[in-house]
Parts: sequence; structure tokens; C-alpha cells
Amino acid sequence: MKFKSLTIFLIISSFFLTCILSIWKIMSTLQGLNFNNLNISTVFSVGILLSLSFVLIGNKINHLIKIFSLSFLFSTLYSYLNEASPYWYILGVFLIFLFFTNKLKKYSMKSLKEDFISEKIIFDFITLFGIVFFAFVILFPFYIMLVTSFKTQIALLVNPLDFSLDFSKNLTELFKSYFVIFETYNFGRYILISSAVSIGTVIVTLLFAIPAAYAVARLNFFGKNFLSTSILIIYMFPAIVLVIPLYTLFSQLGLRNSIFGLLIVYTATTLPVAIYMLQGYFKSIPKEIEDAGIMDGQNWFGIILKIIIPLSLPAITSVALYVFMIAWNEFLFSLMFLDSPKSFTLSRAIQYLSGDAETPRQYLMAGSVVVTVPVLLIFIYFEKYLVSGLTAGSVKE
Amino acid sequence: MSDSLSKLEKRTAYTLVLPAVLLVFAIVLFPIFANIWISFKDIELKDIRIPEPRSKKIIKSISENQSELKIIYKLRNSSLIQEIKNVQFQDKFPKDISPINLDSRCDFKSKKVICNFGNWEAKYRETFEISIKNNNGETIDKKIIKSQKPILTGKADNPLLTTNFTLENFKKVFFENNFVALLLTTFYFTFFGTVGAIIFGILAAQLVNQNIQGRTYMRGILLFPYVGPVVALAYTWTLLLDPNSGTLNALLVNFDIIEKPINLLGQKYITISIIGFEFKLRLALTTVIFFEIWRYFPLAFLFILARLQAIPQTLYEAADVDGASPMQKFIHITLPQITAIISILFMIRFIWNFNKFEDIFLLTGGASGTRTLPINVYQQGFAVSDIGMGSAVSIVIVMLLLSFMVIYFRLIGKRANEV
Repeated sequence: MKFKSLTIFLIISSFFLTCILSIWKIMSTLQGLNFNNLNISTVFSVGILLSLSFVLIGNKINHLIKIFSLSFLFSTLYSYLNEASPYWYILGVFLIFLFFTNKLKKYSMKSLKEDFISEKIIFDFITLFGIVFFAFVILFPFYIMLVTSFKTQIALLVNPLDFSLDFSKNLTELFKSYFVIFETYNFGRYILISSAVSIGTVIVTLLFAIPAAYAVARLNFFGKNFLSTSILIIYMFPAIVLVIPLYTLFSQLGLRNSIFGLLIVYTATTLPVAIYMLQGYFKSIPKEIEDAGIMDGQNWFGIILKIIIPLSLPAITSVALYVFMIAWNEFLFSLMFLDSPKSFTLSRAIQYLSGDAETPRQYLMAGSVVVTVPVLLIFIYFEKYLVSGLTAGSVKE
Repeated sequence: MSDSLSKLEKRTAYTLVLPAVLLVFAIVLFPIFANIWISFKDIELKDIRIPEPRSKKIIKSISENQSELKIIYKLRNSSLIQEIKNVQFQDKFPKDISPINLDSRCDFKSKKVICNFGNWEAKYRETFEISIKNNNGETIDKKIIKSQKPILTGKADNPLLTTNFTLENFKKVFFENNFVALLLTTFYFTFFGTVGAIIFGILAAQLVNQNIQGRTYMRGILLFPYVGPVVALAYTWTLLLDPNSGTLNALLVNFDIIEKPINLLGQKYITISIIGFEFKLRLALTTVIFFEIWRYFPLAFLFILARLQAIPQTLYEAADVDGASPMQKFIHITLPQITAIISILFMIRFIWNFNKFEDIFLLTGGASGTRTLPINVYQQGFAVSDIGMGSAVSIVIVMLLLSFMVIYFRLIGKRANEV
């Protein structure tokens, strides 16, 4: 029994260690280190030795001393078995060993006798592995996007694995792609247009949605139930089936290539979500507060302005941020309606750039960074509001 | 008393709701119906502009003292296929200026030249001239003349509003464009994209729901692909997967995992042999599905996490007392608690993946076996410029969607209220 759980423990912990060390090696390769072999079997045996010595030592010495000495010992062993590598790489390996041995803390020969210990070990390490895996898979493309924007096309064609940044160059050289996209490709203008469209959409959507949501949440009128169900159905309908009729209509009305046309479409497509989200929140406001307002002789305008809006600011913030994000990220309609570079939004401008095969990739990536960073910053800063918005409005994207 | 109050309430409600309803009707519902109309018409991209008479004004001096000018109007019919009827021309001049030898089709009245050009056939062009002089012999300011734009009016049929209908578009959709393959690709993409996103969503939610350090950061990071702009993410992936100098292929070659770079987005099939069995995998489609999973599993994750956090902790404590293993706890406590949300998620994501356009369009443009129905709408409507055909495909999408929704509300609609 003890032997079985020990074997499982050794194998799965070494597997985990191999994974992180391989990721570290890949990341270092991208810094220009010349590794050609992941040495998986070597790393795996080092991991087994390390885990084994960890549980064998057990509680005989202080935990801190134990993990430091073990990590030091094994990183020396690792660097001896591996190709020649610079000190910062070995330091990284040392830190990984430190992290790993610290995670082993709760295991000892004694704890390996507990009930269900093998399943617990598997769950524990799958959790750890999952976190490393998800973080790596998600952040890696963003990392590539960022570092590519600082490189040059030629350097990347010569060695597609060298993403190291040369800080000895002056800053203008490093940020050259950004200067180019702003000066040559007019990205300043596109940022302005994108911001104007997105902020405009937020304002107009709220102007239309707040009264409508209030009516749906509070007032009785014929067709109310029909309206609330049709809201749900409408926002299941995809943009792609609207595109052809809207394109023909806008061509005939001369609304193509106009920011105004884009604004109408964005507002109309986000309105159902906004109404749905807001009416849910409005319903949760106690009706007595409004009754007091009616007693004071307020009409519906006064009630909405003085009671409902101040009380539902968090919900309005989520809706506003959510709508902003949809409008900022929107691509299909801007692709269809905008053909003149004078009225491009950021997304459309990047797509236009990529249409020219001659455009060096670092410009494309610099543009991508420019369009991504604002959304991510807003998201990180307002995460709480946005998550509730995402959850409520998830039926639509 | 209460009657008038409820009337007032109704009236208020309609004033509040109407603007939003009208806007949504005009931009969302109207196009869906307009699709039906267009899909029965034989109409191309170039037909949708209403033909209009156009002119370009060029000014030339005749005499030395510039008291006489010649104005050349380059007139044309903007349409290459349609006639414009009853074209009227009108241009205004400053005072003291009068035309010399005016064309017989024109009149000069109260400082305006008005001409009747009659009907212009398609592609019609004419160079039309008016010479003018200043009655006092003074110099004419060219800029003032130039800044006055002539007004041209004419009547033309709007090709969209004629009543010639045809079934050709639907015939082409169902019988000419390999409809079955298109539908299959769409279903592969939709089904595997949805299932993958939900599986990864469950895994991620299960991870973050445990007591680990920095779980709020982890939740934020996991949502990055979902909140990032699709254009930026799709191009980053394209670069990453590029066969010539993409990072992924370079890494795999560098570590000797593959011999030659694989064109993950440009190769339709790849042959894989597992224990002697060889089978063909739709490579580009699989890559696109993986992008789709990468981008949308965060949503499933968010929903499932919210549900997991609502499960009472006492259930797990009771299971601990009974000596349940982690796996048993997951199967007997966690899974039953999240099946409702998973079925809702499945339907929502299924419908949305079914309509996905941007992701595939940006990654492959619909090449290498990744053409789905939404991509087909774009290709027919704008690449082949057959608007009627594009609309017909849209109608097919709408019909399929409606049937999904009927199923959705029948099967899961009741459950949705419980959650």
C-alpha cells in the first residue's frame, strides 16, 4: 500500500517538475539560448531522486534548510547533466526547485499511509499542473504579441526563436514599430475613432436602455411579457445574418463609411443585453423608495433620474463597461461598413494592414498591442464589475 | 381613479420603451425580414447602388481680361446597367453674369441655368459646356463659380424594390455549392468547439475553486482571451502558427519533435497513424477549433465557477465524514450540481459557435476546409458579389437557428428559470 502510493507520488511529482522545467527551457530558448534538447528523461530522473530524497529526509531537519539545501544540490546536479548554460538560467532552475520542494511540504513517509492518498496526490498535482498549464497557454500568445512588436522582421526571419530584447539600443530604436504605426499608418486617428464610437455607443445605449429597462421592470403595460421574451430571442440572433440587408440599406442611405452608421448598429445590437441586465437590477431595488418619490410629486423622469440611477450605479457601470468592450472589440460590422481608411476603427485598421503581405509583422503586432492594452487595462481595473456584466450578458458577446 | 392611473402608467411605459424598441426593430428585426426579400431576388453587389446622374465642373478662361469664362461639365450616369429617366440639371450663378449661346435644352431664369436632359441610358457620358460673361465687363471670380455645385436630379428604379423574384438562389445554395460538406464542417466546428470549451471550462473552474494562492489573479488571467479583441488575438495566433518562421513550428523543429514545419492553418488534411490505423484529420479545421476553445472556454469557466462557489460546503464536509475519495466527491456532489448550468452553456455556446464568423475569417479566410455557413454568407455576398445568394445562405442560418431555439426552450427553458 505504502509502496504503491510512494510510486504514484514519485511519478506524478516528477512529471510536474518536468513540465515546469520544460516550460522554463522553452522560455529561455526564446531568449536566444541555444538548447536543442528538452532532456525529458534526465529531468524526470532528477525529479524522482529529488522527491525521493525529500520524503526520505522527512522531518529530520528544518523545512527551510531542507528545501534550500536540496534545491542547491539538485540544481548543481542539473547543470552538470545539462548543456552549458548561463547563470541566470541556472538561477531560474534553482528557484523552480525551491518552489517545487516547498509544494512537497505536506508529504512524508507518514502521510503516504493516509486513506485515498494516491487520489489526493493526483488531484493536488493535477491542480498545480493545471494552473501552470492554463497560465502558460493563455499568456504565451500575449507574450509573443508583445515581444514581436519590439523585434524586426529580418531578425525574426534569421532566428525565429530569438525574442530577446536588446536594451543597449536606444529607446526610439526599440519602440520603432510604435512610432511607425502612429506616424505612417495614422494609428492616432484610428484610436480616436475607436474611442469615439465606443464611448458614443455606451452613452446612446444607456440613454435608450435605462428608461426601457425601468418600464420593463416596474410598469404594467400590454405586451410586456412578449417584450421580455423577445429581448432574449433577439440577442441570440447573430450579426452575420444582419450584414447583407444592413449593407444594402446603408449603401443606399449613404451611411456606409460613417461613424454614425456604425454607432447606430452597435447601439441596436447591444441594447437587448443592456435592457436585460438593467431590468434585472432595477427589479431588486425596493419599490417603497420609489413610492416615497411619487409621494413627493416626482414624475417618472424624476424617479429615474433621482432615485433609480443613483441606486443602480454599480449595474450601470457594468453595463457601460460591457458595452464599451463589445464596441471596442467589434470587427464584423466595421469590416463590412468601412472601406475608406479615413473612417477605420482600430480593429479594421489592423485587418487592413494585414491585407498587405508586405507589412512587416512587428507593425501588425504593435497595432495589436495598441488595440489590446486598453481593454485589458480596463478589464483588470474594473474586473469585479466586468465579471458580473459578463455573467449577465453572456448570452450575447 | 385607478383606471386613469393605469392608463397613465401604460402611456408612460410606451414612451419609455418605444425608442429602444424602434431602434432594435429597425436594425435587428427588419434586416432578418429583408433577408427573405433579397434572397428571392437575382441581385448583385453592383446593383444595390441607386443610379444617379453625376457631374464634374471644370472652369476655363476664354478672354484675356477674364470677363468671359467657359465652364465644362462632365456628365455621366453612375450606373453601368440602368437607365435614369428625366434628368434635370440646375446651376446657379452670381448676379450680373449671363450665359452666351446657351444649349437648346436649357433655359436661363433668375440667375439659374436649368436644363432638361431627358433620359440617360446606362454608361451615358456627355461633356456639356456653358460659356458665361460678366455684363459689366469685370473679372469673374473663378473660385465663386467653382464653389457652386450643380444640382442633378433624375428618376431611376431601385433594383431592390422591383418585383422580379426567383428561386435560383436557393437552388444554388442547396444543389451547387456542396451544401452537405458545408453543413458538416459547420457542425464539426460548432460541436467540438462547444464541447471543448465546456470541458476546459470545468477543469479551469475546478482548479480555481480550490484554496490556492492568488486565485483572483488566476480568474482575471483566465478571462484574457475572452475579453481581448479578436483581431489582435487571431493575428497573434496566425504568426505563432506560421509554417515559415512561426514560433511554434520553430520550437518543435528545434527540439526535434517534428522534422518539417507543419502548416497548421493552411493544410486541409493530415494523416495520422495510431497503432497501425491510419486516419485523416481535418488539420486546419482542428486548429481553428482549438483557437475557438482557447478563446471561449473562459466564459464556460466563469459560469461554472460561479455555480461551484454556490455549492454548500457542508455537502463536502458530510462526504468527508463518510470517507469519500476526491473522485467520488467530484462525481457525486460537484457534477450533479453543475449539470444544469452546463446544459444551458452548451446551448448558448452551440448557437454562438454556429454563427461564428470573425475567428475563422481572420485565421484562414475560410480556406483549407474551414468554410462554415457564416463564412459562406460573406463569400457569396461580398467575394462573389452575389447579394441574393448571400441572403439565401443567411435565411438557411436563421431557419436552423430557429429550430435550435425551439429545442432550447422546450428542453432547457424550464431549467433556466431554476438556476
